[in-house]
Amino acid sequence: MIGGLFIYNHKGEVLISRVYRDDIGRNAVDAFRVNVIHARQQVRSPVTNIARTSFFHVKRSNIWLAAVTKQNVNATMVFEFLYKMCDVMSAYFGKISEENVKNNFVLIYELLDEILDFGYPQNSETGALKTFITQQGIKSQHHTKEEQSQITSQVTGQIGWRREGIKYRRNELFLDVLESVNLLMSPQGQVLSAHVSGRVVMKSYLSGMPECKFGMNDKIVIDKQGKAGSSEDGGKSGKQSIAIDDCTFHQCVRLSKFDSERSISFIPPDGDYELMRYRTTKDIILPFRVIPLVREVGRTKLEVKVVIKSNFKSSLLAQKIEVRIPHPLNTSGVQLICMKGKAKYKASENAIVWKIKRMAGMKESQISAEIELLPTNDKKKWARPPISMNFEVPFAPSGLKVRYLKVFEPKLNYSDHDVIKWVRYIGRSGIYETRC
Amino acid sequence: MTDSKYFTTTKKGEIFELKAELNSDKKEKKKEAVKKVIASMTVGKDVSALFPDVVNCMQTDNLELKKLVYLYLMNYAKSQPDMAIMAVNTFVKDCEDPNPLIRALAVRTMGCIRVDKITEYLCEPLRKCLKDEDPYVRKTAAVCVAKLHDINAQLVEDQGFLDTLKDLISDSNPMVVANAVAALSEIAESHPNSNLLDLNPQTINKLLTALNECTEWGQIFILDCLANYTPRDDRESQSICERVTPRLSHANSAVVLSAVKVLMKFMEMLPKDLDYYGTLLKKLAPPLVTLLSAEPELQYVALRNINLIVQRRPEILKHEMKVFFVKYNDPIYVKLEKLDIMIRLASQANIAQVLAELKEYATEVDVDFVRKAVRAIGRCAIKVEQSAERCVSTLLDLIQTKVNYVVQEAIVVIKDIFRKYPNKYESVIATLCENLDSLDEPEARAAMIWIVGEYAERIDNADELLESFLEGFHDESTQVQLQLLTAIVKLFLKKPTETQELVQQVLSLATQDSDNPDLRDRGYIYWRLLSTDPVAAKEVVLAEKPLISEETDLIEPTLLEELICHIGTLASVYHKPPSAFVEGSRGVQHKRLPGSAGSGESVESPDTSSAAGLSEAPPAVIPSQGDLLGDLLNLDLTPPATTGPTPPPSSGMQLGAMDLLGGGLDSLLGGDLGGSPAMGAAFGAPPAVMPASFNAPVSGGLDDLFDLGGGVGMTMGAYSPPKTIWLPAMKAKGLEISGTFARRAGVIQMEMTLSNKAMSVMTDFAIQFNRNSFGLAPAGPLQVLTPLNPNQSIEVALPLSTVGPVMKMEPLSNLQVAVKNNIDVFYFSCQYPISMLFVEDGKMERQVFLATWKDIPNDNESQFQIKDCHLNSDAVSNKLQSSNVFTIAKRTVEGQDMLYQSMKLTNGIWVLAELRVQTGNPNYTVSLKCRAPEVSQCVFQSYEAILKN
Repeated sequence: MIGGLFIYNHKGEVLISRVYRDDIGRNAVDAFRVNVIHARQQVRSPVTNIARTSFFHVKRSNIWLAAVTKQNVNATMVFEFLYKMCDVMSAYFGKISEENVKNNFVLIYELLDEILDFGYPQNSETGALKTFITQQGIKSQHHTKEEQSQITSQVTGQIGWRREGIKYRRNELFLDVLESVNLLMSPQGQVLSAHVSGRVVMKSYLSGMPECKFGMNDKIVIDKQGKAGSSEDGGKSGKQSIAIDDCTFHQCVRLSKFDSERSISFIPPDGDYELMRYRTTKDIILPFRVIPLVREVGRTKLEVKVVIKSNFKSSLLAQKIEVRIPHPLNTSGVQLICMKGKAKYKASENAIVWKIKRMAGMKESQISAEIELLPTNDKKKWARPPISMNFEVPFAPSGLKVRYLKVFEPKLNYSDHDVIKWVRYIGRSGIYETRC
Repeated sequence: MTDSKYFTTTKKGEIFELKAELNSDKKEKKKEAVKKVIASMTVGKDVSALFPDVVNCMQTDNLELKKLVYLYLMNYAKSQPDMAIMAVNTFVKDCEDPNPLIRALAVRTMGCIRVDKITEYLCEPLRKCLKDEDPYVRKTAAVCVAKLHDINAQLVEDQGFLDTLKDLISDSNPMVVANAVAALSEIAESHPNSNLLDLNPQTINKLLTALNECTEWGQIFILDCLANYTPRDDRESQSICERVTPRLSHANSAVVLSAVKVLMKFMEMLPKDLDYYGTLLKKLAPPLVTLLSAEPELQYVALRNINLIVQRRPEILKHEMKVFFVKYNDPIYVKLEKLDIMIRLASQANIAQVLAELKEYATEVDVDFVRKAVRAIGRCAIKVEQSAERCVSTLLDLIQTKVNYVVQEAIVVIKDIFRKYPNKYESVIATLCENLDSLDEPEARAAMIWIVGEYAERIDNADELLESFLEGFHDESTQVQLQLLTAIVKLFLKKPTETQELVQQVLSLATQDSDNPDLRDRGYIYWRLLSTDPVAAKEVVLAEKPLISEETDLIEPTLLEELICHIGTLASVYHKPPSAFVEGSRGVQHKRLPGSAGSGESVESPDTSSAAGLSEAPPAVIPSQGDLLGDLLNLDLTPPATTGPTPPPSSGMQLGAMDLLGGGLDSLLGGDLGGSPAMGAAFGAPPAVMPASFNAPVSGGLDDLFDLGGGVGMTMGAYSPPKTIWLPAMKAKGLEISGTFARRAGVIQMEMTLSNKAMSVMTDFAIQFNRNSFGLAPAGPLQVLTPLNPNQSIEVALPLSTVGPVMKMEPLSNLQVAVKNNIDVFYFSCQYPISMLFVEDGKMERQVFLATWKDIPNDNESQFQIKDCHLNSDAVSNKLQSSNVFTIAKRTVEGQDMLYQSMKLTNGIWVLAELRVQTGNPNYTVSLKCRAPEVSQCVFQSYEAILKN
């Protein structure tokens, strides 16, 4: 299991060092600093073995987190734990920065003591942790006996992510369907790969221990219902259903129930959480099409023309559109003409950045650039990195629709109708690239 | 609240100040002080001196302070075992505290203190905590048993903790179950044979129930434990699989991968014709693909595992090629892994897409990635026959880019393509040969040489090409030398008439001038083979080669099976069994897939398809490097009749050798070879050389030594300044070089003493000069054959040539040198005496001298004074002569001896001198005349140095 956990700043100074196992010595701290941080090279593997000791490392802004072991640990678990550790720290004190880590080092030690025992990860749900790791040590002394056992039963219990006795005057639910659409297109406009990775993110302010049920236009469910119900219904909804390649759920979702009935039922954590992630590859609406045209005029000039076409209902507006057109390293000057928005030549990033604030559906716009090149004797050709694009659209490119989100709380007297629910769809670009 | 201030403390009397603060009456101040102590501890300062003061703060009702003190204790108790005892009472008391959080904290911390006396006191509280009413305390106590076992295994057994731990598997709380499982699994690992975790259908059922209820981490512990179980039959196997599959939708990748591990393992037992088997296969693909949208580090782990899964069950992901396409912004470690999997999944159905991608990758920036992409194209050609032609043309396109490493990589893979599809693509050889000069990597050179040797009959100038490699034979790496040897022998067997000389040359280079036993042995084998039975030689050397397999880097099947049992763990990341990187007893146990271990008892029906699935013949793996070896392995090493391993005595040798030649060679050469006797003689020699060669080099070497000694003793050698330190150890990470220059027997030498003043062994020495005024360059490599141990020195003489590139230096005799070893490259500059460049034939005819003297304008004349020299003119003349300054005439005018001298530099520049020596006057005057007056100053300095030496 994990033998120790270290946190370093970008210079390699240790900010936190917690050793869990006898086989990890102080020299491990230095070994990592010297071999990985000070090497100042591109990380060629996130797992580094130095003198029979394995280091799992991730970087958050300028901070390195390294888990150390000498055993054959579950590597996936170690990385998941490191990410979780970051989440917990952010939930407690915001951004993970050198300053914040130093300011909260006592808290971090306390957390590390709690969520990792002898290198075995323990309950690391912030909801539960915040009930008893408060950084106000005295307070925890004044818990009554019931409160204490409530804490412990929550931490170890089946519903470790939610405490009992939560009360809201207004029961409210916010549901965001956030999708990022990824595309790799050939210069000729052939889709090389495209997928949507989506997340259903929720914010719930509900009293008691509510039982929730979430439904969406999942093809498998709709088809099943279509078979059972009237054929007319089946035909109608069949068109609008989507095929989900795979999905994963927050630990509050009853997986066995999903496996057998494909229904998503759960008791939600309080506040923010990510209910599910999913991935689709079929029938994706690609909100934009990028058509590049690159022409090399002699050795010192390049003509680039890029057309973008929006491909969705004309009543909808896409926002924050940004097209990034890379140019060769030996560029000396660029002349730009664009029909819409603003375009800038950013020499430091080796790219032309074209920004459009808003664009309606079914429209088209274009930019043309003349790139002057310095003559070089570099034999190697310019690698022509792909043209990438960023945007935000107010619909789900996968076609996912929320059909219902029902709330039942048998013990308290509020019903599904009393809950105020908000649903929002946001589609963003993931890695949206067109080769040129 | 900011705690960062604790990291900055005043340096002076820090410990003293902290001590005072720790003993303060004010609670707040105490807490502040402990925080400072912890901050210092984190940074690595030794604050163990404060042990008693910190322990005194332990008895507090402030939980935060208590936790800090515990943290301190865990760090320093081991170094202060006696004082740690002071803490025992508080621990024991805390274990009785009404607050379960404090009880758990106490038992958790106690387990981390590795001090025997504390451990003794731990037993009673631990026993109570294991049966505590509060689940939080029980789950903490369960882990504590594992801690205690790590400190004192015997104690845990004696106290019966193991049984209590086993009981906890039936606990009502899922987290207690999970921690108990984790603890038991760890303890069981160090007792491979104990049946500690005796998994039976009942316990498995309990685990599967807890699996649905416990935290994500608990699920991982349980799944990892389940993976060690061997179901009794396929029905049980299926029912476990059914209950594990829902985990594939968990948000935590580790839960998913551990579930995949259980399924991959238990699937082995399912009959392949079962519907469920197919369903399961289909269910595995989506979660594996989903792992690729996780954070890059997890993607990396997932890809390493997918690599294993694809080798074991290629059908799972065969339709998912696209998800492994490389994204431009993927970290390099993700890119390289994706590429590996792309090749594994390449098939006729998707090859066009794959090739288009690979071609794209070959133009990227990262060198490693580009190389791998090029190599991948070659592997596609070998794997998918229909694509071979397209692959070859893609490779040729890439060769046209002339990017050095792309060309080399392409040639290496084209060699493999030739092996796989003989007589199909040889038309491209001409293009390959064009790039011969740009190959500087051993693998690429060896590949090219192999191609030339293999297709010698189709390459008109094969002999010239190979000969060009032969020039620098000793500078080549072993790989290239071996390949060159084989290639030339092949060439000879194919075109015996023209290449006789070449083959003799290579054989003698390999056998006589090489220190490498592999090379020498192979040389002798060929030599003997050629001289005894050339027909056999032809059969052996030009034998048909075994086909190379499709996959070149498949993991060996038994290792693969073991790694499948370790999915998700470090072993699966390293692709090595745990025993390769884990110390001690842990992980030495080899895991096997069920049924495959040959344990027939556990599998009820060995004739089910599970066994059949396993018996699928693994593809024969022949490493692509192996063709060299292949040639040799084909050799039947027992000689046909006569020659045994020991050669006959040397006297009879010559004759015997002639006999051995016999008609064999004739039959090989047929009628074309008129000069066969001559050639026979040439071949007759080698066996004779064998015994002789053991003496010859030695005696030769000794002679050389004597020569050298004699030279020094008898005639005075050319002047050579004493050694000076050129490169101090301080500047070169422990390597010290002192040295000088000398001219010995007409050869300029750089004589150096290399001293290793570092702690580690130095190897791989090499030297290079910057361009310099006289084109000095090393005539051979730096001969440091043995590694240089710490505190060892070695004398090296490096012969220099004067044909290197020329650039005028300031001062003229400045030489910039770079020395490389395994540690780094170091640079220094030194000056050589110009007398070293005076050549032996520097004596000018008198007439010529006169004419030249007149011819050189007076502007070019410079005069110098040599002071404090007490030699007479004859002695001066002799001394100078030994440094190749020749006296042409001597004239005595008014008690002054005038010596007319000439010398010639290596670059052909003549320097004329007039030296005036006045008896009684210790000051000489020298006038130098030269067409290149820049050298005069240096020449004068040499005069001074030679005369005063």
